[in-house]
Amino acid sequence: MITELGHYALILALATALVQSLVPLIGAQRNDAGMMAVGPMAANLSFVLVAFSFLTLTYAYVISDFSVLNVVENSHSMKPMLYKITGVWGNHEGSMLLWVLILVLFSALVANFGRNLPDKLRANVLSAQAWITVAFLLFILLTSNPFMRLANPPAEGNDLNPILQDLGLAIHPPLLYLGYVGFSISFSFAIAALIEGRLDAAWARWVRPWTLVAWTFLTAGISMGSYWAYYELGWGGWWFWDPVENASFMPWLAGTALLHSALVMEKREALKVWTVLLSILTFSFSLLGTFLVRSGVLTSVHAFATDPARGVFILGILAVFIGGAFALFGLRATALRTGGLFAPISREGALVLNNLFLTTATATVLVGTLYPLLLEATTGTKISVGAPFFNLTFGPLMIPLMIAVPFGPLLAWKRGDLMGATQRLYAAIGISILVGLVVMAFTTDEPVLAAAGMAIGAFVILGALTDLVNRSGAGRLPAATAWARFKGLPRSAFGTAFAHAGLGITMIGVVAASVYSTEHVSAMNAGDTVEAGGYTVRFEGLRDVQGPNYTAKSGLFVISRGGAEVARVTSAKRFYPARQMPTTEAGIRTFGASQLYVALGDMESNGKLVVRVWWKSWVTFIWYGTVLMMIGGALSLSDRRLRIGAPRKAARPARTAEAVA
Amino acid sequence: MNRKQKRLSIIAGGAIFLAAAAALVMSALNDQIVFFSSPTDIHSRPVSPDTRIRLGGLVEEGTVIRGEGAKVTFKVTDTNDSVEVTYNGILPDLFREGQGVVAEGIYDPASRVFTADTILAKHDENYMPKEVADALKAQGVWQEGEGGPKPASANN
Repeated sequence: MITELGHYALILALATALVQSLVPLIGAQRNDAGMMAVGPMAANLSFVLVAFSFLTLTYAYVISDFSVLNVVENSHSMKPMLYKITGVWGNHEGSMLLWVLILVLFSALVANFGRNLPDKLRANVLSAQAWITVAFLLFILLTSNPFMRLANPPAEGNDLNPILQDLGLAIHPPLLYLGYVGFSISFSFAIAALIEGRLDAAWARWVRPWTLVAWTFLTAGISMGSYWAYYELGWGGWWFWDPVENASFMPWLAGTALLHSALVMEKREALKVWTVLLSILTFSFSLLGTFLVRSGVLTSVHAFATDPARGVFILGILAVFIGGAFALFGLRATALRTGGLFAPISREGALVLNNLFLTTATATVLVGTLYPLLLEATTGTKISVGAPFFNLTFGPLMIPLMIAVPFGPLLAWKRGDLMGATQRLYAAIGISILVGLVVMAFTTDEPVLAAAGMAIGAFVILGALTDLVNRSGAGRLPAATAWARFKGLPRSAFGTAFAHAGLGITMIGVVAASVYSTEHVSAMNAGDTVEAGGYTVRFEGLRDVQGPNYTAKSGLFVISRGGAEVARVTSAKRFYPARQMPTTEAGIRTFGASQLYVALGDMESNGKLVVRVWWKSWVTFIWYGTVLMMIGGALSLSDRRLRIGAPRKAARPARTAEAVA
Repeated sequence: MNRKQKRLSIIAGGAIFLAAAAALVMSALNDQIVFFSSPTDIHSRPVSPDTRIRLGGLVEEGTVIRGEGAKVTFKVTDTNDSVEVTYNGILPDLFREGQGVVAEGIYDPASRVFTADTILAKHDENYMPKEVADALKAQGVWQEGEGGPKPASANN
């Protein structure tokens, strides 16, 4: 009964979204306040209905209601409660419901927190949001209904894919969707601006916080997913350039570009048309990602149960929204007046350069992801594009961008002084070169490029610090004054510094983990040892473990250094009988920034166990860096200017304009 | 420079930059892509021994032999033909006899042995990589419905 209510609520939500998609829009055209007021009401109602629907499905999972097909296929009565709940979105239907839940959540947030938006803009934004909601609710109801009942319920469910029975599933998809779907807001703002033909600095000021929220969550989602894949799959890799990873990375790259171009628009009223285009592009990449993952056009660790009807449906959504948005853009973009002249060497110029690199990088990722699909569709030839392709194309684009990052914040708006910026960076440049030389001195056989990568990473971090030092006037002014100025810096200045420093730290982690890590595969008896990263790993033996819904063979390893024991790790291979599937539970121990990673292989006929031990140099920097980026996003979001969010004209005293961003 | 010249120079700069990026992508696509072959393909149209290829098919029953250390040999079959594969490393969790597999590496036509450096057993819940399913369909040995969802008791 409750399940049917959930299904019914979803149908009601569709009806509400249909109303929301038209009434406020017409109201905005006719300047009818009553019709426009329908928008926020409908947005809140849709949210309540979809949330109720989602809760009923969760309830069916919690009580293991095996008369619901979706529960049978993805749950098991013996599964721990946490995985019963997370299992709701561990499958195609449930995760689409979560997707829509987050979409209507964002609509409701705009409805409730966007009170200072002009009525027309808010009405148009809510209508545009509702179009997306209608499309995806139809998709769920017509092709992916999670509330399907079974006439003859089985006594036990098929269990959730064991790889997904992990805390990662509780965190990764919700964060990722908050990011993916969050970009729908900037998309809807862009559509609303095009419909109204009005676009000014205030628009950018309203869009930026939403973009920041989405970007911060997407950063968290991707980084969490990467760490999950790293520890769960047992391959020791943290990024595979898998098409589905790329699908989340493209909106991230485009969203990063959008954050920066919206800044130019907010401060200088320049790059208007480009910012609108990027808003559309970023969400288009989110939709493309949804299509790639759900349609079954590619093989990946993320493949969901596929059904041709779903692929065609999402392709339809993709065509309508991306095609429609670009058609609207083509029709109305010329109506948007451009403004804000600037010299090539200026803050704006630096941000344009940032956008050029980021969008080109997005394009290379897009080519690498779609080329195999297009080639197979047109010629039937099957190919795969792997890491070497991306390293050759994406890598060279990132290096100059990274070098440029520290210069950007040091250049003035309108007309900058490159020599002056360089002089301020002398210390950072000097220390970075030193870092590169030290790395080269200590690593004899490794490529010079790796040392250069470490130096560039250091330069990005030091550059971020230089910006803060420079703004506070440390060294130029008395210490007390400088400290007072430092404390008085806007939060967004710290946001920029944290995010940029995080980028540098991630880069150092990527380079170090790729180049200086070592791998040791060996067949071991109890008592055998392996040397890795200066540590000795001794295999103590295997024992059997019985889990709630699995059995496991768990190996104990003692890690010692210089003869003294420093740590013990267990590494296991689990077997889930319901799905007849094994999983690897790697044993990981962190030493400083590096990790020792132990994964079990198969038992050989002679009784030896194949064990893979990695020394992952500085690998944790990859994720520490992303955490800093998230902190940077949160700090920028808490900036007074965005917190108050009052639509003020960009014309403010020059000193403030220089200090922010 | 007046406004028009400035804009032109920016556009020209952008175009040169994009052209360079496009050239990079084209050359990488030429050199770095990996073609997919079935065991039948590999014998009928041999490629040079230094070209990386992906070999996909089923792990033939009873052919998995574990050697010294982490060395493993097995045969990959598309039921029409089979190829011997050697691999040194840990096999993925989902690797097993009779199931689909994709091996990436190089093939030596002289010894007729495929040396893999990567073994993938990624798949959907039907335990079949898409490329392998397509290759098996091409061989006419794919039974429609075999790959469909299985009842709980038979689910492996």
